[in-house]
Amino acid sequence: MAIIGNPKYEERINHHLAKYETKRSAVMPLLFIAQEEYGWVNPAGVEEVAQILNLDPTQVKSIAGFYTMYSEKPKGKYWLHVCTDLPCALKGADEFYAWLKEELGVAEGGTSDDGMFTVEHVMCLAACDKAPMLQCNFRYVENLDQDKMRELLAKWRQEAAEPVSAGV
Amino acid sequence: MHILLRGRDIANIKELATYDKHDGFVGLKNALAMTPAEVIDVVKTSGLRGRGGAGFPTGVKWSFIPQHEPVKYVTVNADESETGTFKDREIMEENPYQLIEGSLICAYAIQAKAVYIYLRGEFWDIGDQLDACIEALREKNMVGENILGSGYDCEVYTHLGAGAYICGEESALLNSLEGYLGQPRVRPPFPAQKGGGLYKEATVVNNVETLANVPYIMREGAEAFKAIGTEQSAGPKVYCVSGHVKRPGNYELPMGATFRELLYDHAGGPLHQDRSFKAMLPSGGSGPIVPLTDEVLDTPMSYEHTAEIGTIIGSASIIIMDESVDITWVASKVTKFFAHESCGKCTPCREGTYWLDKVIDRILDGRGTAEDVKRIADVAENMAGTTLCALGDFAANPIIHTIRHFPDDFAQHVQA
Ligand SMILES: Cc1cc2nc3c(=O)[nH]c(=O)nc-3n(C[C@H](O)[C@H](O)[C@H](O)COP(=O)(O)O)c2cc1C
Ligand code: SF4
Ligand code: FES
Repeated sequence: MAIIGNPKYEERINHHLAKYETKRSAVMPLLFIAQEEYGWVNPAGVEEVAQILNLDPTQVKSIAGFYTMYSEKPKGKYWLHVCTDLPCALKGADEFYAWLKEELGVAEGGTSDDGMFTVEHVMCLAACDKAPMLQCNFRYVENLDQDKMRELLAKWRQEAAEPVSAGV
Repeated sequence: MHILLRGRDIANIKELATYDKHDGFVGLKNALAMTPAEVIDVVKTSGLRGRGGAGFPTGVKWSFIPQHEPVKYVTVNADESETGTFKDREIMEENPYQLIEGSLICAYAIQAKAVYIYLRGEFWDIGDQLDACIEALREKNMVGENILGSGYDCEVYTHLGAGAYICGEESALLNSLEGYLGQPRVRPPFPAQKGGGLYKEATVVNNVETLANVPYIMREGAEAFKAIGTEQSAGPKVYCVSGHVKRPGNYELPMGATFRELLYDHAGGPLHQDRSFKAMLPSGGSGPIVPLTDEVLDTPMSYEHTAEIGTIIGSASIIIMDESVDITWVASKVTKFFAHESCGKCTPCREGTYWLDKVIDRILDGRGTAEDVKRIADVAENMAGTTLCALGDFAANPIIHTIRHFPDDFAQHVQA
């Protein structure tokens, strides 16, 4: 589907367009909507956002490229953003992240063979007292250890039969 | 009893009815009964200083807004991306109405047309909660036209960032909100001036915690607020404690409480009984590191006292490291953060952080020389003060101060 003319997004798009002084200001919320629809910020999404805002697609693309929460390539069903910044690392986050990559058989930024999980390390997520921690599709998952993580991976694999959208 | 983390004392204070019952909006009503200039005076007298890091006097900032300008804005800085900081998140999750009330008081004081709350994108669920709060307030006539019959109109909106630490810097935040790349602007004009703020209009940018203090000030009075804290650092503060302590977390204490009180009485002392504290970053990755000596432990956590020990309290993101930690590794971690987060607009910061990261990695790998250590210190010194925004200075700090205070930690790598 598209985001333009899609009843699923109409109200949200209008809300964002109404809330700012300029159309251009709505570029970030609209990129999130495009990402939600397509699973990543693909060229079609960029075109549509540009069209809605009367911007040049290259301008929209440069905004998408500046921020880490927009993905400019397709990813797995679950995006695992593991914090390895200093406070988390003091509580074992580097070792946890290394273990997780091995458990899933992926390298930094990679996607597991079954297309299920894309893993990346990220900077501080404002949860430093609950390390090790990550965000899964931008939802907080905190106070982790290997056992808990194994359970979660199994649970997510099971849920994967149902549709889950990546992104906000 | 807490002033900011009231969610810990009062169940469900995130519900409007509960917030209302516990003195909610008394501060706003008091403010609306005064002139805007009087409100600014109360906040000035209270001694409140910005909790986003720089500690700028809040009432003074508000007084910079030119009264005659027809359009003005308030922007709430809820980007909270400094390493080790997680206080604004708790305030907004557990006590959201207090932030909105404080923002409305600020908006009234400068006669702003609207408030934009800029949240880091990872806080999207907090954004949803705030949106619901805003709608609930609209029904009670506290957002929108003619607020509580005062004749004053104000809208409140949320905006989500999308993962970029630099958007916490106020001029980058404004660019990001306008739909441009989130890079800092050349100043002057400053945000408070016509031409420098949101949509080129005069704008106040304040941190979440700063504004969350304001309802208390307008309810209990400037003197009550001043009675908390020290001479130059008034009021309560939320300290975020992370790293090697038994009980990491947020603690609300008066400004001027000592590090010892925070770290032992509240955070429970060293995580491992057999390891002593070695070092502390009191303001996340961006402020100078200090050895955790008795002298430092007995220092009051205030703007003036932390300056005396060569560091800052900043946003009070207190990261604790015990004796097992290699400070060279800390320098590397923090440098990687800034290399990743440099927006790339100015050369000393973009090239400097990249280069520093590479050389520290080399030192950590045992391939560095004593000359390398000296060279990174020089590069960091030269970077400081030459960049468009303070991130360049932040990136220089970890190098300069880790080498100054922990030279042996570096020497061990280059000798081996
Ligand atoms: C690189 C950089 C990042 C910053 N990040 C934040 C942040 O995440 N939150 C914040 O409130 N202030 C941040 N600041 C400070 C803001 O620029 C600004 O001083 C602050 O929001 C003003 O509010 P206050 O006076 O209430 O502290 C940052 C500054 C710099 C230079
Ligand atoms: S100092 Fe760094 S972050 Fe700040 S404007 Fe320059 S390049 Fe960007
Ligand atoms: S360092 Fe990981 S959440 Fe802050």
